[in-house]
Amino acid sequence: MSEQDVHIVPYKTFLMIWVALLILTGTTVAVAQFHFGAWNIWVALGIAILKSGLVVAVFMHMKYENRLFRLALFSALAILAIFIGLTFVDVLYR
Amino acid sequence: MSGHIHKDYTGAKFGMWLFLFTEVLLFGGLFILYSVYLARYPKEFISAGKELNVWFGGGNTLVLLTSSLFVAVSITALRRGAKRLCLGLLGATIACAAIFMLNKFFEWSAKIHHGIYPGSEHLKEMKHGEIVFFNLYYLTTGLHGIHVVIGALVLTWAMFLIKRDRVNANDWVILENAGLYWHLVDLIWIFIFPLYYLILH
Repeated sequence: MSEQDVHIVPYKTFLMIWVALLILTGTTVAVAQFHFGAWNIWVALGIAILKSGLVVAVFMHMKYENRLFRLALFSALAILAIFIGLTFVDVLYR
Repeated sequence: MSGHIHKDYTGAKFGMWLFLFTEVLLFGGLFILYSVYLARYPKEFISAGKELNVWFGGGNTLVLLTSSLFVAVSITALRRGAKRLCLGLLGATIACAAIFMLNKFFEWSAKIHHGIYPGSEHLKEMKHGEIVFFNLYYLTTGLHGIHVVIGALVLTWAMFLIKRDRVNANDWVILENAGLYWHLVDLIWIFIFPLYYLILH
């Protein structure tokens, strides 16, 4: 497979993702104004994860890459998750 | 004369992703620090967080999201033969980087003017959790700001290569890799913004 076969993302796709990102940003600011207690941060993180998912998948072309790229990304994120998890297993029980 | 230069498009791109993973672990460490101290000092993180200005933070979020749009579109433009559009978009991306840093300059100046900076006398009088919040704020956004500058320099270099046709519609991986680095800078801010500017309750 030559690199010329690599999918070219249309301008419109990028534009639509950008609009979605703006809407999600507005949403996260709006939600932050309300008292949801402990939920506030989880909603904020959830929206951030959604936004980053869009950036990685479309802007960074991950959606169109071969499986090895996704596997590598998943591995890196899994390692980060373990890092966070083990840190809290320590810190929460001191 | 056999002048075949070996090129590996997939390898080049994968190499960039591997580097990005190391950056994720770098900033990941700073976010872990944040999360541990948020768990320990929830009220103080909220009171300290209210000192930050959501307009600076939100404005910079919009600037970076738009810059990511510009750099992504620049790749399609180059591959479709629209070289001038590509260069214009890259210029716009770098302009966004400048706007971001200008915003940051005003934001930090205001904070420093009020005596809130690492090691300041005013900071030492604050509650422990608030001191941690501001130290982490300066460390994380400072490191991120350095990455914005590096990203802008990398994109400028890509622009020169495109102008000289060394990066073109048949060989564009350098632009793609520069773009990947820039998107990472955007991604990190996507997490910095809610964690530092939107912890109000």
